[in-house]
Amino acid sequence: MLETIWFALWGILWAVYFVLDGFDLGIGTLSPFIAKNESDKRAVYNSMGPYWNGNEVWLITAGGVTFAAFPKTYAVMFSSLYSALLLILFCLIVRGVAMEFRSKFSSGGWKSFWDALLWIGNFGPALLFGVAFANLFRGILIDKAGIYHGSLVSLLNPYGLAGGILFTLIFTVHGSLWLAIKSEGALKERAGRLAGNLWFALAVVAVVFLGATYFSTDLYGNYMKAPVMFVIPLAAVGALIGIMLFIRQAQWLKAWFSSAVFIVMVTLFGVGGMYPNLLISSIDPAFSLSAFNSSSSTLTLEIMLGVALVFVPIVIAYQIWVYRFFGMSVEKTR
Amino acid sequence: MDTLMLSRLQFAAATFFHFLFVPLTLGLSVLLAIMETTYVRTGNEEYRDMARFWGKIFLINFAIGVVTGITLEFQFGTNWSRYSEYVGDIFGSLLAIEATVAFFLESTFIAVWAFGWKRLSPKAHAVTIWLVALSSNLSALWILIANSWMQHPVGFVIRNGRAELDDLIAVITQPFAWHTIVHTVSAAYILSAFFVMGVSAWHLLRKQHISFFKKSFRMAVSFALIFTIVEVVQGHMHGGEVAKIQPSKLAAMESVWETTKSAPEHLFVIPDPDNERNLVEFGTIPGGLSMLAFHDFSSEVKGLKAFAPSERPPVTFTFISFRVMVILGFFFLVMAIIGWLMRNAIEEHPALLKVFLFSIPLPYVASEFGWMVAEVGRQPWVVYGMMKTSNAVSPIAASQVAISFVAFVLVYSFLGIVAYYLIWDHARKGPVEATLPGGADEEVGYA
Repeated sequence: MLETIWFALWGILWAVYFVLDGFDLGIGTLSPFIAKNESDKRAVYNSMGPYWNGNEVWLITAGGVTFAAFPKTYAVMFSSLYSALLLILFCLIVRGVAMEFRSKFSSGGWKSFWDALLWIGNFGPALLFGVAFANLFRGILIDKAGIYHGSLVSLLNPYGLAGGILFTLIFTVHGSLWLAIKSEGALKERAGRLAGNLWFALAVVAVVFLGATYFSTDLYGNYMKAPVMFVIPLAAVGALIGIMLFIRQAQWLKAWFSSAVFIVMVTLFGVGGMYPNLLISSIDPAFSLSAFNSSSSTLTLEIMLGVALVFVPIVIAYQIWVYRFFGMSVEKTR
Repeated sequence: MDTLMLSRLQFAAATFFHFLFVPLTLGLSVLLAIMETTYVRTGNEEYRDMARFWGKIFLINFAIGVVTGITLEFQFGTNWSRYSEYVGDIFGSLLAIEATVAFFLESTFIAVWAFGWKRLSPKAHAVTIWLVALSSNLSALWILIANSWMQHPVGFVIRNGRAELDDLIAVITQPFAWHTIVHTVSAAYILSAFFVMGVSAWHLLRKQHISFFKKSFRMAVSFALIFTIVEVVQGHMHGGEVAKIQPSKLAAMESVWETTKSAPEHLFVIPDPDNERNLVEFGTIPGGLSMLAFHDFSSEVKGLKAFAPSERPPVTFTFISFRVMVILGFFFLVMAIIGWLMRNAIEEHPALLKVFLFSIPLPYVASEFGWMVAEVGRQPWVVYGMMKTSNAVSPIAASQVAISFVAFVLVYSFLGIVAYYLIWDHARKGPVEATLPGGADEEVGYA
């Protein structure tokens, strides 16, 4: 039971990370295309400036919880996905620095340099998280001893790449909606229009990915066994449609929340389909690492549950306060 | 080179680079909090300007500390998967608690502080920097508890082929952890104080912003005095703990080969590990080491020969690191006392100011050497007496690690150069330009 609770919390942590940092990743990916001039660029940076750091901690917590609750999964997953994870890490390093250092000099070359790093530093993780998660859904080449027999290239299979494209589209829709909330004038208009256009691409890729998932993975197994779980993908579809309905009415905040629900449901759909596995072996299902064969001791899981139940609500409370504190538009706050 | 050596080098590079930025965050956040509190209490705007000037430097430093911190968590999984699997039940939990309890608070409120100069009342703004100071120090506390567990594992049982948690309270309350916390945090405060004193000295030598930098200097020198005293007294006790629980580390720190009763302390030693002896020993204080380590002139100190060659740490490295750290520690104490005595007319002593200016890098050197003693001195163990480093490494290809190691060196070198250039640039400009940069960027903020 404890293992199942921690499995659920593990999935939820990833979902929250994707919702929060997802808009940073999306805006960064779109930044070279949407910011026409210096004032647009400032608006782009300011839309993320106060939040990116707090958002990134959800990733650190997701990593920390994997380590604490499922140490064997943490060990095998992180060492198997070595190159992909370190690429994500380098990207996150440079995008954080770009966010903080760009304003320190007014020289054009200095700013363009950090703008380029902001783009790669956000686009890289957006794509690679998708590739990584699609491969987790599909299973990777791990043997009985937890040794990985693939490479970075073997992660770039068609299904993995489809996951990368899907995540990139999810985050860019999410990010352009955030920018539409946070900016004004022509930039706001462009961001809103872009969200609408990207939505169509997202809808097409999402359908293709769901179909490919049927052929490439066993994710649907759990859903067939417990059809009530189909509520999750249905909610995802509903939220996806909701995004478009709100975009049509120029209700950016509501559209963004629909997008947030969509991201949560997509993540839970994948994670729910994997249950109880955290790391599926594509060599032999018997080698898969699950919430039960890779978990920490009962004492650790109990203590950590206590810590999570007390502190995560506190974190959520003050982060909500901070989001409200900074208000809606970055232009007005200055 | 094999995966083990490359992984060790990479971990060392990533950790040492990270720790160039951590101490200033820990100490300067407290100094900033004191500055803002003084502003709130006295209404003297110079203190607010001080918080803004030092705050800009703080933010540059903080950014690099944050982005390089994730590397450390990731690396346990990527490069040290066998370690992670074996001790994750305990060690992983401590990292997860750190993120949940402390790092969220720090990362969230640093933004409120940076963007909140106009939006918050001075009092509320001071509260945000206290939250940042508190949470960054709390973060250090959990990380150091985790590190101390590697130095001296307690509160566990070996079950199911791994170390499992048995008593969290024992892990949190073990004396070695609290020695490490006091030692490391005091070192961070000393570093921050010397940083502020050094930069202030630069301006005072140029006779600019006298009142502003004298106030900064005076605040920092009191801080330095308190924590150098704490450090020297506690450092001695810390050594006593090491003597008790990590005898092979103590033997390497002092380059003692033979197990001896009433072991002497030599002021000058040149170790000769190949021949298991010291080439030179002089300035001998009879029974000195026994006294320092165990508070008893006659007690026995274990020598390196009591340990199999495969269970000894690298002697010369550990020995030199320890000596450098201790000598610098006493130097900081002397400087803090002199600086404190001269604090009211410090601008009239250019020679002294120059010493303070050139002392800026020294606490960095001392901190890094201190970690060298702690980590290299623990070898060949990753968890002292429980798991060897060679058994902890991931079963991955060396080529992968070689590529990532080179990438770390290149990216981190670049970031280090840019960050210290920016810090130098802001420090040099002084408070006028720092508080009046013009335009929309009037807040200490972004973009």
